[in-house]
Amino acid sequence: MASHFARILSTKRHVGILSLVGAGSLTAGIFLSRDQHVNAGSQVRRLYPASAEYPDLRKHNNCMASHLTPGIYAKLCDKATPNGFTLDNAIQTGVDNPGHPFIKTVGMVAGDEESYEVFADLFDPVIKERHNGYDPRANTHPTDLESSKVRSGMFDERYVLSSRVRTGRSIRGLSLPPACTRAERREVERVVVDALAGLGGDLSGHYYSLTQMTEKEQQQLIDDHFLFDKPVSPLLTCAGMARDWPDARGIWHNNEKTFLIWINEEDHTRVISMEKGGNMKRVFERFCRGLKEVERLITEKGWEFMWNERLGYILTCPSNLGTGLRAGVHIKLPNLSKDPRFPKILENLRLQKRGTGGVDTAAVGSTFDISNLDRLGQSEVQLVQTVIDGVNYLIECEKKLEKGQDIRVPPPLNQLK
Amino acid sequence: MPFSNTHNLMKMNFSAEQEYPDLSQHNNHMAKVLTPEMYANLRDKQTPSGFTLDDVIQTGVDNPGHPFIMTVGCVAGDEETYDVFKELLDPVIEDRHGGYKPTDKHKTDLNPENLQGGDDLDPNYVLSSRVRTGRSIRGFCLPPHCSRGERRGIENLSIDALSSLDGDLKGKYYALRNMTDDEQQQLIDDHFLFDKPVSPLLLASGMGRDWPDARGIWHNDSKTFLVWVNEEDHLRVISMQKGGNMREVFTRFCEGLTKIESLFKDKGHEFMWNEHLGYVLTCPSNLGTGLRGGVHVKLPNVSKHEKFGEILKRLRLQKRGTGGVDTAAVGGVFDISNADRLGFSEVELVQMVVDGVKLLVDMEKRLENGESIDDLMPDQK
Repeated sequence: MASHFARILSTKRHVGILSLVGAGSLTAGIFLSRDQHVNAGSQVRRLYPASAEYPDLRKHNNCMASHLTPGIYAKLCDKATPNGFTLDNAIQTGVDNPGHPFIKTVGMVAGDEESYEVFADLFDPVIKERHNGYDPRANTHPTDLESSKVRSGMFDERYVLSSRVRTGRSIRGLSLPPACTRAERREVERVVVDALAGLGGDLSGHYYSLTQMTEKEQQQLIDDHFLFDKPVSPLLTCAGMARDWPDARGIWHNNEKTFLIWINEEDHTRVISMEKGGNMKRVFERFCRGLKEVERLITEKGWEFMWNERLGYILTCPSNLGTGLRAGVHIKLPNLSKDPRFPKILENLRLQKRGTGGVDTAAVGSTFDISNLDRLGQSEVQLVQTVIDGVNYLIECEKKLEKGQDIRVPPPLNQLK
Repeated sequence: MPFSNTHNLMKMNFSAEQEYPDLSQHNNHMAKVLTPEMYANLRDKQTPSGFTLDDVIQTGVDNPGHPFIMTVGCVAGDEETYDVFKELLDPVIEDRHGGYKPTDKHKTDLNPENLQGGDDLDPNYVLSSRVRTGRSIRGFCLPPHCSRGERRGIENLSIDALSSLDGDLKGKYYALRNMTDDEQQQLIDDHFLFDKPVSPLLLASGMGRDWPDARGIWHNDSKTFLVWVNEEDHLRVISMQKGGNMREVFTRFCEGLTKIESLFKDKGHEFMWNEHLGYVLTCPSNLGTGLRGGVHVKLPNVSKHEKFGEILKRLRLQKRGTGGVDTAAVGGVFDISNADRLGFSEVELVQMVVDGVKLLVDMEKRLENGESIDDLMPDQK
């Protein structure tokens, strides 16, 4: 091993600071406890100064690029989480995907729970920008899964075609999709599938592993719009989330097809409650009940979800911190959608529109996907209430416009309650 | 993805069996060779720069392969990869390179005087001639693993060396990042521009990271000598021209390479090379000479002959479409090149191309005249 280093040292006369420190650690096999931050200067090769490694972000428009100064890069570039996840790992997706002039992507991911601590100097301002000024050092995030607190929540089904609530959950102690090893990913699958097998009643269901599903099962899942594909978005593939596909990936759903869980896609788990029609209250009730049941079942086996009171539920993408919740409807708004005030109304109601194919799709025939904008700083109950109140307002507007009456742009909602 | 070494050590918490990849659907060289025992033996190792077994094989795990084409399924992150992981890479190399043994020695010969003929391929059939290879700069990590600083260092050294070329080789560097629209269009029209890789074979190994930082294209003023910087290898060197004068193409190729090598040496850098593997490149398929010498040639009749595949095999040649690897032939025009890379010298490989293409053109002319080609059938080289 020493001769290799001698050779590298002798041929690198034009290199700046040579800091191959701690050669012995490469062969010594140090076992690190998960509680430690590691000064990665001792494990990671560093042959150039930070200024030579700093990415070229001049053409970039994402949250990471807005906040990663050369100073912050220099401070963090030698650090790593106990798993060995580094700053370069966290920002790679944002370096590789400069962004879109109109949509501001986040541009960084977490590889494990500790990422949000070790790289707080960069994550905190990114979180602040993405989540309306929420400060992880000063604010606390409220978690509330008591679905009975939600008022009304039964939509006019002449307008609302379907209702859906989704979130994600990560298993504490296992790395996240950008960083997990094959064994960790398989362990996530095992833990979650084990817990789901304990669900009963209307939640009783079946797991379909991507590696083992039959063609018939696959076709059924496609017809139900349940099947997820290997990610093709470079935002995800550049972060390493598609490695080893389709190993340890799968889909679980209950027999009634109203409660669905994706395993090891963009997060450890994505949990979805949905049904046709406008009964958002029932969708949310099932959502909360199912989540609590799953949590109880994994806790029995000694596992828990990643959560803390500053960031709420910890997920791969900083945009999904807090509740990770997107509650929404597919709704027909032929008149309102043509009104020039539509975007402003949505904005003030803290709602966003998407096409019915999900994010980045266009609406078809004036049927929209309307959901909450916010994720962090408000509880699940608060966000679902926001959606319920907002959608009801949109329906009122639509009805008024049908009758030739005028509508009002509502005042903006308070964002951080 | 190139994690720090700590990541590899944390994996030791799980057994080899728990980490071993599922290769049941796979058909590539890595999957054929990587047994659970081999995985267990190699998984705690890493090169001095921290490249691990999982880094080597990730592209082969993510890309099960094609039923007809056997991909390699592993890459090197630095020169030492071929040593630290020889238990895996030696059998892969042996399988890929026609039985090349771990004890075999590879001959390098870049003296164009040793080529016989090659200046008289019939330009009515041979539309263009081209020779390409790759070179890696010793002491730097390879594209799957290099940091931005290293990649920029490679670019700077390359620009420095190339800017000293003169005479017929004098030229200019176009950084991908700074190119104007006009420059870009010209390079596309000249068929010089390379794009960000889209092949999952390359992307899964991390070669697309930080694109287009420190990537660029250099070519001489007469557009017959071209160097790609930081695409799939540190350097890809290409000599090409219209017509059938492969001898001239190869001569320029050798002179250019030799000059570039000495310019690097002047600055204290050498190319990765050893007498067993020859020139060391990212993909094990390109070891040895890394050389693909070929022509675009019109063979509408021969290509339809039932023995076409057999003829190519005996001549140690391969066919591709004129768009390069994985494209189909258009209008009876084929890209014909040497199939081998390692175990034969540069001169030997280009000789095979020259002799083989000459024979194919003779066959084409015979078939045009309705004559048989049975007496022209070659022996296995």
